Amino acid sequence: MFFNHIMRTPLLAFNENGIYCAAADVYLDPWKPVDKAIISHGHADHSRWGHKKYITHHSNVPIIKHRLGDIVVSGVEWNENFTINGVQFSLHPAGHIIGSSQIRVEYKGEVWVFTGDYKTEDDGVAVPYEPVRCDTFITECTFGLPAFKWTPQKQVFEDINNWWQQNQDDGRTSVLFGYSLGKAQRLLKHLDPSIGKIYTHGAIENMTEVLRDQIEFPETTRITRETKKEEIRGNIVLAPGSSHGTTWIRKMVPYVTASASGWMTFRGARRRRAIDKGFVLSDHCDWQGLLTSIKETGCEKVICTHGYTDIFSRFLREQGYDARTEETQYEGETGQMEADKEKDSE
Amino acid sequence: MKAFADLIKTLDSTNKTTLKVEALTSYFRNAPPKDKVWTIAILSHRRPPRPVNTTLMREWASELAKIPLWLFEESYHIVGDLAETIALVIPPADSSSEKSLNQFLQEIIDLKKKPEEEKKEYLFDNWLNLNYYERFVFTKLITGSFRIGVSQKLMTRALSRATDIDEDILAYKLMGNWEPSKITFNKLILEENEEDFLSKPYPFYLAYAIENEPHDLGDVSNWSAEHKWDGIRSQVIIRNDELFVWSRGEELVTDKYPEFEAFVEAIPNGTVIDGEILPFPEGEIGTFKDLLTRIGRKNVSKKLLEKTPVILKAYDILEWENEDIRDTAFGERRKILEKLYNDVRSEELPLHLSENIRFKSWDEAAKERENSREVKSEGLMLKRLDSPYLVGRKKGDWWKWKVDPLTIDAVLTYAMRGHGRRSNLFTDYTFGLWDEEKGELVTFAKAYSGLTDKEFRSLDAWIKKNTLERFGPVRSVTPHHVFEIAFEGIAESKRHKSGVATRFPRILRWRTDKKIEEANTLEDLKALIP
Repeated sequence: MFFNHIMRTPLLAFNENGIYCAAADVYLDPWKPVDKAIISHGHADHSRWGHKKYITHHSNVPIIKHRLGDIVVSGVEWNENFTINGVQFSLHPAGHIIGSSQIRVEYKGEVWVFTGDYKTEDDGVAVPYEPVRCDTFITECTFGLPAFKWTPQKQVFEDINNWWQQNQDDGRTSVLFGYSLGKAQRLLKHLDPSIGKIYTHGAIENMTEVLRDQIEFPETTRITRETKKEEIRGNIVLAPGSSHGTTWIRKMVPYVTASASGWMTFRGARRRRAIDKGFVLSDHCDWQGLLTSIKETGCEKVICTHGYTDIFSRFLREQGYDARTEETQYEGETGQMEADKEKDSE
Repeated sequence: MKAFADLIKTLDSTNKTTLKVEALTSYFRNAPPKDKVWTIAILSHRRPPRPVNTTLMREWASELAKIPLWLFEESYHIVGDLAETIALVIPPADSSSEKSLNQFLQEIIDLKKKPEEEKKEYLFDNWLNLNYYERFVFTKLITGSFRIGVSQKLMTRALSRATDIDEDILAYKLMGNWEPSKITFNKLILEENEEDFLSKPYPFYLAYAIENEPHDLGDVSNWSAEHKWDGIRSQVIIRNDELFVWSRGEELVTDKYPEFEAFVEAIPNGTVIDGEILPFPEGEIGTFKDLLTRIGRKNVSKKLLEKTPVILKAYDILEWENEDIRDTAFGERRKILEKLYNDVRSEELPLHLSENIRFKSWDEAAKERENSREVKSEGLMLKRLDSPYLVGRKKGDWWKWKVDPLTIDAVLTYAMRGHGRRSNLFTDYTFGLWDEEKGELVTFAKAYSGLTDKEFRSLDAWIKKNTLERFGPVRSVTPHHVFEIAFEGIAESKRHKSGVATRFPRILRWRTDKKIEEANTLEDLKALIP
């Protein structure tokens, strides 16, 4: 590896700003302000403020404009090649949230793919993940442990709707937590509006409004100061996790809380957050999803960026891959929860 | 089993006490009697002995999950619970078992004697044929206790609702030694049976720590104080010329303290004394460390008996002349106890009285409390003179007023992931103090508690970003954070690298205002040794 470095800088390198392509002088999902950034998706740990120019999938443009305000951004299509300094780039669906892409980089016959965040299951909102063949695969592994096994979402949403119905029968309001970009819309898309009305926290309503141009969602009602306590009762409220334990939520009394996240796999995670019910529903790959995706790319080298990186890359090495980890500032599912908090406190 | 797994799932998926009691009550109304007995046993920590060692279970689970053992171990460190890890990693099954809880537990009891191959076959068979939650519960029955936030008190409340029997009476019935595989629900709960009560202790009355200043307790003349001794809280029962010694953990420990046999001769039948077992080497109260040489030894050698004899420091009397006198006022009970003590006292009898102190003012009481470390007590107990002896932990009549702990500022050096509700969070910490000569940090204590959930989360995130080295589940971290560590006692120790052992270390405060250079030295700590 030492000689490799002397002979040739790698196509993508990890430096203090982010993932850097020296040949094109462009960054992928940088965490410090740079001149030119290709952005995988709209979550705060991947699309940060302060770059001079943003390139991203066109369906992500309204999202990052909503989050970052007045930025210079150009949108591209899936599979549309664009060349910077002779390096060829293209975006491919990552299935993580609406507008989320894998970034493919090709130069002198060598192909790298950076996944950003991704999942293999079609969630009915995001364009589904497509495997892209490559030599080096830079992957997240937020849930890179064999303990994570997702149930098909059809089953999970049946459980969620049954839970709502049950709460309604008991005269209680259902408060369902999920972060405001991605999870909230996925939940919204699959809630059964025949049970009752769907109320939203302001942060979720604002983001959903932005996305209604692209996707059809059931009707929602924003909770405001004027919303009467009695009208909410028995209905469902979509709220960001950060609203749990705040005064805002008192309006929902009597209520039952639930969270939809991959972390709900762990009994301890749910109890620690003092949430009544946990639904295991993630926008990331589970263990098998990661392994299958890696295999389908036909890659030889794997770089793990965030999640259980040490454990996951060790397992990959045992499977014959040239796998290693790189330190990044991406945070996976926890990251989005924290980001939601920042967003809501604004 | 299905009903029991559903119960555990319900208890596990709510934080509300009322919902937990509702679920338990409904279970106790509907479950078959044998299953009820087992449920009571499990929720009061009376599991059958573990039939398979956990090393084998880990190996077998990783084999069934087709993952390397190291990966199973890593997963376990993160999940934080063995049964949960096993239930998660092995391939999913959709079936559900019709076998009753009782059947499962009988099988688990029988499993202990079976050869290893049969044990493995039994586990594989059940793991692959139970759905996720049943499989988790099944494995839990084998490996350990359920941490689902159900205290014995809560269970007793539900049982009381389901049977219409008074809670305190149920608490009494559930005390002591009974074997869930042998006893019926009828006999354990419903029947009145005098002879069963021969060895039974009374439920202990436990005090809360005082919340504010004792001045708030009102007129000092209504209160009696005594030192809070640092040994094993126990009940000594003399009935029918037999002796029974119970520890607070409801463990029958008669055999461990042969010196108490002398009570059978000296103390009349039908007497129950509440007191503290204390080490008494060389005719003086020793330290808790001395007592540790006696705890956990069933066969006490003559040499040990001579070196570290024990005494019972009597606090209270609960039964006298075969009468339950717990409803008599504390002041009156004490008079009986003191008379008994004066009648039987002798050099040889290992019975001492915990002296009651009456104060003229709370300030005077505060002065006595300051004296606690010198007399080897943990502080004072305040008891209202007209108080009955209640069941369990109750507020109002009794308060513990411990001395302020010793404290020292130490540096966080290692972290490990926690268990239960702290799984996947780094919450188990090791702390170091400066060795001035070598200019390095020396580990002196571990602590798990004392931070808020929010602090744990933020420290967890910091640890993940500031890890120096990993040793399996343990990480060394950049020395950066200073914490004020509190502890109850301190003694020299050859087993510890620092040469010092502390008792009940816990985090008092996160000293974000301090740099690591400002943390204390090992010499500072040693200066606290009495």
